[in-house]
Amino acid sequence: MIEKNLPAIIPLLFLFASLIIPLLGVWKKNLAYPIATLTALASAILSLYGFVFVILTGPINYYFGGWIPPIGIEYVYDHLSSFVVLVINFVALFVIAYSYQPVEKELPGKQTAYYSVVMLLLTGFNGMIITGDLFNLYVFIEISSLASYALIGVGDKKAPFAAFKYLIIGTIGASFYLLGIGYLYFMSGTLNMNDLYNILPHMNDSPTIIVALILIVVGLGIKMAIFPMHGWLPDSYTHAPSSSSALIAPIGTKVGAYAMIRLLYFVFGLNYFSQELAVSDLIAIFSSAGIIFGSILAIAQKEMKRMLAYSSVAQIGYIGLGIGLANPFGFIGAVLHLLNHAFMKATLFMVAGSIIMKEGHSDIFKFDDTYRKKYPWTMAAFTVAALSMVGLPPLAGFFSKWYLALGTIENSSWLFLAVILISSLLNAVYFFRILEKVYMKSPEASAAKEEIKRNEIQFSMLIPILVLAIGLIVLGILNFIIVEHIYKMMPEGML
Amino acid sequence: MNLFDFIAGHYDYWFIIILLAIGLYGMTVKKNLVKKLIGMTIFQAAVILFYISSAIKADATVPIIMENLPVDNPANYINPLPHALMLTAIVVGVATVGVAFALLILIYKNYKTLDENELLELMK
Repeated sequence: MIEKNLPAIIPLLFLFASLIIPLLGVWKKNLAYPIATLTALASAILSLYGFVFVILTGPINYYFGGWIPPIGIEYVYDHLSSFVVLVINFVALFVIAYSYQPVEKELPGKQTAYYSVVMLLLTGFNGMIITGDLFNLYVFIEISSLASYALIGVGDKKAPFAAFKYLIIGTIGASFYLLGIGYLYFMSGTLNMNDLYNILPHMNDSPTIIVALILIVVGLGIKMAIFPMHGWLPDSYTHAPSSSSALIAPIGTKVGAYAMIRLLYFVFGLNYFSQELAVSDLIAIFSSAGIIFGSILAIAQKEMKRMLAYSSVAQIGYIGLGIGLANPFGFIGAVLHLLNHAFMKATLFMVAGSIIMKEGHSDIFKFDDTYRKKYPWTMAAFTVAALSMVGLPPLAGFFSKWYLALGTIENSSWLFLAVILISSLLNAVYFFRILEKVYMKSPEASAAKEEIKRNEIQFSMLIPILVLAIGLIVLGILNFIIVEHIYKMMPEGML
Repeated sequence: MNLFDFIAGHYDYWFIIILLAIGLYGMTVKKNLVKKLIGMTIFQAAVILFYISSAIKADATVPIIMENLPVDNPANYINPLPHALMLTAIVVGVATVGVAFALLILIYKNYKTLDENELLELMK
């Protein structure tokens, strides 16, 4: 019975938690964290159950209020969405479990409000993934965006300005998306994604549909932070509290990327956006520009969180490139990178947050080998994630780049292949810079006299970091199972 | 259809395009953050007006069944869906403006100014 309602239960569970936390928070302040963690745990278990159920018996479609689409609103839990929901909820579970100490330190007395907004953010993300209705997607985009403006705005002194910039740019993006679906609706008379997929081939020549496609790509591109539209991202991630950036950086842009995949491949259709219009080429070109641009700017940064933010711009470029290649290998690379990058960035941002909490800064030039002695396990997890970002086999990051490279070869786009190879080298430059300092640089002479004690971070923070870091190795080794499953997610007629 | 008819016949769309342009201008060129926010609201309002004006049907009435108007002819009734969608979009817009004002208050508390140039100067 629960399977039938699963698509609705997962977002509603988070919505319910976001309402119950402030209510119970009046009574007892320290209830917020346990409720948030339990909700995240419950939905992670539910999404795992749903994922297995979808594999065994096929997609679940949920009709709100029993109204059959296209009149009613449909929630779709198919191979692709169940997979992304699983990834998002697992990463969110670990980040929320990690966030107890950082939130207590950075936002004392505001835990109740903070966790309530976190739950709202996850409502938005899960809804964006599961919904099968275009306007519903807009509402969930706005729910998640409003929550992330709030989560970013509570950071350091510069955070409100960064959040305001994000708010203005994000609202432009969402309005473009709304305008785009308006065009689609007035042409076709439906907002249901499946229905549109069947109707659109009959009106492909219409300029209205072309304008709608462009508006939607631009709008979701802003949410996803593809290269020329990434302006909001570095400042927001740098100035947000470390628990917020660890939560938003791994999954926020990924959900935008998922929405892009959903609309391009499952609403407009592969043939339309890659053959009839050259939108896919444009996305691929902008994404590869973003890969190079983000990697170079990441090398130029002195602050670790800011470096990771620019690295996010580069990494989202890989997903964009995979979407733009519009062939099976590109699709596998994009979906696999969505998973891998969520794990890698969550690990890296959690490590950065731990260092900020212990040392009070995350200035790369102050790192030296006392860090290795003080935080051996944290640094080991950082090393695993960094090597995975660079793309060393058998870590997870290697395989998504491998499939992207295969995709570029299949399209004979040698320029993009060069971009992937060069950017791996650039990744190596900005991560080995830190690794070299942490493992080899002797501390300054004055500080060397102090005895270095092991000062590892608390278990509540360490365990999520280690689990995700081990997860990177496991995902890398088991990637063939995942790839086999990704074949099932592809739209019809892609292979 | 000559050019004049084309322009006059789509006058509501021209109006919406002008509003969109004003909104974008306000958000990108104006230096005061409150004016940026005003630009954003104008931009959102333009999108809402686009839906409303596209849903208009000549000689049609509100979508409540009346005995002397047969239901089998859809031209008799206005499509209520765009209006319902826009109610939601207006609510979203109100929430966005609320969050934006909260952020502006925080910015003003931290820096005692809302001018973008001065803020960037202070943040160096």
